[in-house]
Amino acid sequence: MSTKQRIIVIGNGMVGHKFLEAMVSSPQYSAFEVTTFCEESRIAYDRVHLTEFFGGRSADDLSLVEPGYYEQHGIRVLLGDKAVHIDRDAKTVTSEKGEVLNYDKLVLATGSFPFVPPIPGHTRDNCFVYRTIDDLEAMQAAAKNSKVGAVIGGGLLGLEAAKALVDLGLETHVIEFAPRLMAVQVDDGGGAMLRQKIEELGVKVHLGMNTQNIGDGDECFHKMSFADGSEIETDMLLFSAGIRPQDALARDCELELGERGGIVVNDQCLTSDPDVYAIGECALWSGRIYGLVAPGYRMAQVACDHINAEDSAFTGADMSTKLKLMGIDVASIGDAHANTPGAKEYTYVNGTDEVYKKIVVNEDSTRLLGAVLVGDAADYGTLLQMTLNDIPLPEFPDALILPQRDGNGATGMGVDMLPDGAQICSCNDVTKGQLCQAVSNGATALGDLMLATDAGTSCGGCKTLVGQVMNSELEKMGVEVNTDLCEHFPHTRQELYHLVRVGEIKTFGDLLAQHGSGYGCEICKPTVGSILASCWNDYVLEPEHVALQDTNDRYLGNMQKDGTYSIVPRIAGGEITPEKLIVLGEVGKKYNLYTKLTGGQRIDLFGARLEQLPAIWKELIDAGFETGHAYGKSLRTVKSCVGSTWCRYGQNDSVALALEIEHRYKGLRSPHKIKSAVSGCTRECAEAQSKDVGIIATETGWNMYVCGNGGMRPRHADLFATDLDKDTLIKYTDRFMMFYVQTADRLQRTSTWMENMEGGIDYLREVIIDDSLGICEKLETEMAKVIDTYQCEWKTTIDDEEKMLMFRPFINSDKGDSNVIFVEEREQIRPARKEERELVNS
Amino acid sequence: MNDLTQQAQDDTVTADQSWTHICPLQDLPIDAGIAALLHADTPEETQIALFRTSDNDAVYAISNFDPFSEANVLARGILCSFGEQIAVASPVLKEHFDLVTGQCFEDDSVSIATFPVKLDDGNVFVAG
Repeated sequence: MSTKQRIIVIGNGMVGHKFLEAMVSSPQYSAFEVTTFCEESRIAYDRVHLTEFFGGRSADDLSLVEPGYYEQHGIRVLLGDKAVHIDRDAKTVTSEKGEVLNYDKLVLATGSFPFVPPIPGHTRDNCFVYRTIDDLEAMQAAAKNSKVGAVIGGGLLGLEAAKALVDLGLETHVIEFAPRLMAVQVDDGGGAMLRQKIEELGVKVHLGMNTQNIGDGDECFHKMSFADGSEIETDMLLFSAGIRPQDALARDCELELGERGGIVVNDQCLTSDPDVYAIGECALWSGRIYGLVAPGYRMAQVACDHINAEDSAFTGADMSTKLKLMGIDVASIGDAHANTPGAKEYTYVNGTDEVYKKIVVNEDSTRLLGAVLVGDAADYGTLLQMTLNDIPLPEFPDALILPQRDGNGATGMGVDMLPDGAQICSCNDVTKGQLCQAVSNGATALGDLMLATDAGTSCGGCKTLVGQVMNSELEKMGVEVNTDLCEHFPHTRQELYHLVRVGEIKTFGDLLAQHGSGYGCEICKPTVGSILASCWNDYVLEPEHVALQDTNDRYLGNMQKDGTYSIVPRIAGGEITPEKLIVLGEVGKKYNLYTKLTGGQRIDLFGARLEQLPAIWKELIDAGFETGHAYGKSLRTVKSCVGSTWCRYGQNDSVALALEIEHRYKGLRSPHKIKSAVSGCTRECAEAQSKDVGIIATETGWNMYVCGNGGMRPRHADLFATDLDKDTLIKYTDRFMMFYVQTADRLQRTSTWMENMEGGIDYLREVIIDDSLGICEKLETEMAKVIDTYQCEWKTTIDDEEKMLMFRPFINSDKGDSNVIFVEEREQIRPARKEERELVNS
Repeated sequence: MNDLTQQAQDDTVTADQSWTHICPLQDLPIDAGIAALLHADTPEETQIALFRTSDNDAVYAISNFDPFSEANVLARGILCSFGEQIAVASPVLKEHFDLVTGQCFEDDSVSIATFPVKLDDGNVFVAG
């Protein structure tokens, strides 16, 4: 019999999974044997971002569990099975399939269920709730035969659900019993502003409505009748009228419950049974149910600590929230309704920009108690920290919400005023002190700091604040944040780009003379070479440019460890004729090259000596190949799946689009390599979501993903825009790529470029889609120039007799490098190892 | 940099060295490197890297062999200046070598051979 302590977790939602993660990270983990029930057919996924399912994120995207995580850590998952009975005396749990499991400690993470008001007709067909991916799939199916949808409930989740109906293309109604939207989080003024903005988006809002009956409609499937005698017809109906704790199992085994439900727990998240814990939305702590994920995560950690005999307590949680509803910023902090005796309010309403801000202060106006923000929630981080940390208010508190128009920047408060214990990231419980520690340990860029601490990696609401803490800390450490490219140029790459553009500077020598000093180095020369190529697109081997190029660009090949080069002809979209395949085979054979397929659907030919490059390329060009730019910091490949031409599942012709994109951007020099891919359907065989620009066909167009990459630090691309027609897709891609080329740092991939951008993906959308900077036309023109001036660099090179001199092995001899020696392995060549070389040379 | 070049050119050529004619100066690329062979097809055969800078039309000669990658590649590196020093960055893993002294910037214990250069009537000669 196992001597391990047996832990059973009932419920594999976000909080249940967090508990499992906490257990795996605990030092005594090997002393436990952990089993979890997962009633749904999917293991834990991100319910907070459920709406994105309709925006193109798949169930896999939403998963919180790395593939293989549970297996790797020996966690048994009873998938699709359900705990039906707990025997607290025998300490067993019985599953629906009849299995009886023993436990030493039991953790209830059963969550909640949506409350459906008992209105006559609520069990009719086409009535839904909004909690699981299964619910969403059912809605998606019903939406195909619907024109109108209605949500009962105008709270936070109800508005999320309304967004889902809008995304499904339905005429959307929101029906709320209370006289305002989001009645819990915002006040009348904020609710009114929110309503105005939501109605502008085409959603019809009905407040103060008491639904009496749901019956057959005349035009639509349902007809809803209200107490005031009015009626609304709708095809689909969604209930989002609040949640109730899922406490049925606890009730059956007679654990103590609250009067209105919820499993009563103490500060250690223990129930009335000392071997049973309850965490998350099923737990009732101090008379409260917490319907947010952050307190649930905290409970998961507390329960885990207690099982591990560590000191830890749940002491309540701040219910402040910031969210984006249909693109509208809404935030609520602390005592938003001024319920504190003596509390006073300051309000700012801007009817033109549709912004509403309110702060609630204490009786003598010295402390902030709460706030409501609608339309602009940029101050959320600052106001929240002031509330939580009891920071004294400035002399005129209204300065906190009045716009700063005198150019002095926000008054607010410096992050220096925050105590080290101040929680900056509530999703992942990261304090200011932890951030400062990470900065002093070397995480001196925002992306690195986020990676080191997890701060800002969930909802992202605290990213601005994280950046401020970092900068302030760097300043205190006396680190002058030097953004100079190198000792020769006191400028960033972005500044140099603009100097080149604006000054119409065409050579490195001119740029150095006007804006730099010294002679240059291996940092600034290739950087400037790349900028000049992005701007003017001259042939990179022109005499004034050739010395700027890294060896790969200078010899138009990829140097390998022994000084030989590899050759990658372009195979756009991975499509190649048998004739061309034969040519590659024959060239490989003739020059005795090692051949290997690349990850980008091309063929790499290795082991070409410098002096062989022109002859090899002449044969390739004569056969119709062109350079693949595998050597450049430039667009590499546009990978594609076979698409609707052949595939049974294909929605659109991914190969044709991949070809078009690859030919459009080939040769574009950029701060780092750019990769792209096009998938013909959501099965995503081209792995587009790991690319800088990824495109996936939908039923009605193309979804565009940006800023993904593989490599050392893989990053899933973000969904940027949905259901685009091809012209719009190309337009956005032009703008995106040119904006990246102009503003990124040297060797910065699109992912870190975007992560370091204040405002992140939202800001990027504003620039690229809404043209908030007014630069889109210019970006398109500049891109058009690069496209129009494309040349195959290898064709230009072999046509130029003088250039051939560059490829001589020695300026005074045609003898090859005697140190380049190959041996055979698996029927192909490979570079000789040191001892093998010595043997040959002796 | 002028003084240093002069110094390189004035280096005494020892008895066992002789000047080898390499090529006309105009054949050398400007601000970039190119490889050359000394004593081809003899046991003393040596690969060198020649660099010509635009600053004062100076020419430097160093060994072409990168001791880190053990490949003959230094002629294909990028020229750099650090203050008054001039160096080449290896194209393989970017270690820097001083063109005058052969000293590696990143590792004090590593240096490579340098060779005297003279320019005579528009031709480049190297001793070694």
